[in-house]
Amino acid sequence: MAKIIITNRDGEKSEIKGEIGISLMENLRDNDYELEAICGGQCSCATCHVYISDNWIARTGERSDEENELLEELECMKEGSRLSCQVPFTAELDGLEITVAEDE
Amino acid sequence: MDQTFVIVGAGHAGGQAASTLRMKGFEGKIIMLGDEAYVPYERPPLSKGLLSGDIDIERVYLRKPDWYAKKNVDLRVNTLVDTIDKDNKSLALADGSTVTYDKLLIATGTRVRKLNLPGEELEGIFYLRAIADTLAIQKRLKPDAKVVIVGGGYIGLEVAAVSAKMGCDVTVLEGLDRVMNRVVAAEVSAFYHDVHTSAGVKIMTGVGVTAYEGDGDVTHVVTADGARYEADLVVVGVGVIPNCEIAEAAGLTVDNGLVVDKFAQTSDPDIYAAGDVTNHPNALLGRRLRLESVQNAVDQAKTAANAMLGTLGEYAEIPWFWSDQYDLKLQIVGLSEPDDDVVIRGDPASRKFSVCYVRDGQFVAINTINNVKDFMGSKKLIAAGRKIDPALLADVDTPLKEM
Repeated sequence: MAKIIITNRDGEKSEIKGEIGISLMENLRDNDYELEAICGGQCSCATCHVYISDNWIARTGERSDEENELLEELECMKEGSRLSCQVPFTAELDGLEITVAEDE
Repeated sequence: MDQTFVIVGAGHAGGQAASTLRMKGFEGKIIMLGDEAYVPYERPPLSKGLLSGDIDIERVYLRKPDWYAKKNVDLRVNTLVDTIDKDNKSLALADGSTVTYDKLLIATGTRVRKLNLPGEELEGIFYLRAIADTLAIQKRLKPDAKVVIVGGGYIGLEVAAVSAKMGCDVTVLEGLDRVMNRVVAAEVSAFYHDVHTSAGVKIMTGVGVTAYEGDGDVTHVVTADGARYEADLVVVGVGVIPNCEIAEAAGLTVDNGLVVDKFAQTSDPDIYAAGDVTNHPNALLGRRLRLESVQNAVDQAKTAANAMLGTLGEYAEIPWFWSDQYDLKLQIVGLSEPDDDVVIRGDPASRKFSVCYVRDGQFVAINTINNVKDFMGSKKLIAAGRKIDPALLADVDTPLKEM
């Protein structure tokens, strides 16, 4: 098990044991972080938006064009913005720090 | 003493409500009663990825199966509710037991509308609403199988796309004059008609199915014009009916769905409802409506769960939907009407375009095809209910969010 350090929408920081092999979104959902993820991981709705902390951005991979298009339409997009359904959680991401973005 | 909240229905709305209740700190008892054999799951993949085999059942679960025990949610699957006694705040279950509640959430969703035609009892005729349906269809869905789909709506066309990709011989029989008639403009129907036809799917419009023929297994679908279509399997997708019988029998107000207010409360102050089953008001649309959508199930379940905890927040969202067929991502924001003016934004030939709907000058709805940017950009614009020049809507060089 690898850990994920999460700041929720209320600004509270906590830590979970992440399950490897599923997406970051599924990990957040299974651990009850407020996150809509309405389309269920299809990169269609931008309701699973998170910010990856600066030092982890490179390690979570590149956004696809479609993910970029979805994120660019949000008011609150930042450099570390990702749709968590598009980030596979791997052993290499042990210690990953993220913040759940606000619901727009 | 701890309160007991009971959720009838273990679908998307029920599952979301349980999650929201725990997330918001509810420490009382939660009992969730579901009539299927599964933990709450997402239905969209049933006619898409789960059917094609691209994803496994475990990936459609809303929460992992062990979540319920971990969160002290007493999930009872394969459990049917017979009656609700709202005066005594209790439920009689089909197994003869009784469950009492302090607050009740009804999230019973819908069931498929059945045609009940002659021959309906033949093997190989399916409706599609639950995991069990998808698994049953999958068993017969083999390359070269003759698949006849009754109904050219989202479900029918998604199954057609999966079947065609699998190498089946697919025919869609649609009763109206074009596919997806009730939900999109003629231009979008025509586009999808062409896409399916190019993939080898035969689409017959304006045909009414009258009977099935076969001997044990279905072999033919018969239409009103006398034609007979060979079939190894038939998938029928002709709409759904809200499951509000137990609510109605309990004396709750029912009118095209279980009637709730903007806080998802029914006519009984201790009973709430969410999801496909509800007839609810929406201030942004200025009317009451019943929706069949994931977005509504999730958002209204959150509203209901919060209201059950005493936090009232009005539910008003512009509805949105999606349908995946082949490599095409169709997304719909807002509710269009047949008389709306239609503005094409982009070139359908590029397989990336949008169709905007304008009513009395106001931008009210959009269909985006492989165009997530317009999907996102349209949401606030449609919610704002602004009048927008159709010429501007047609200009692909002006992003929707800048209008």
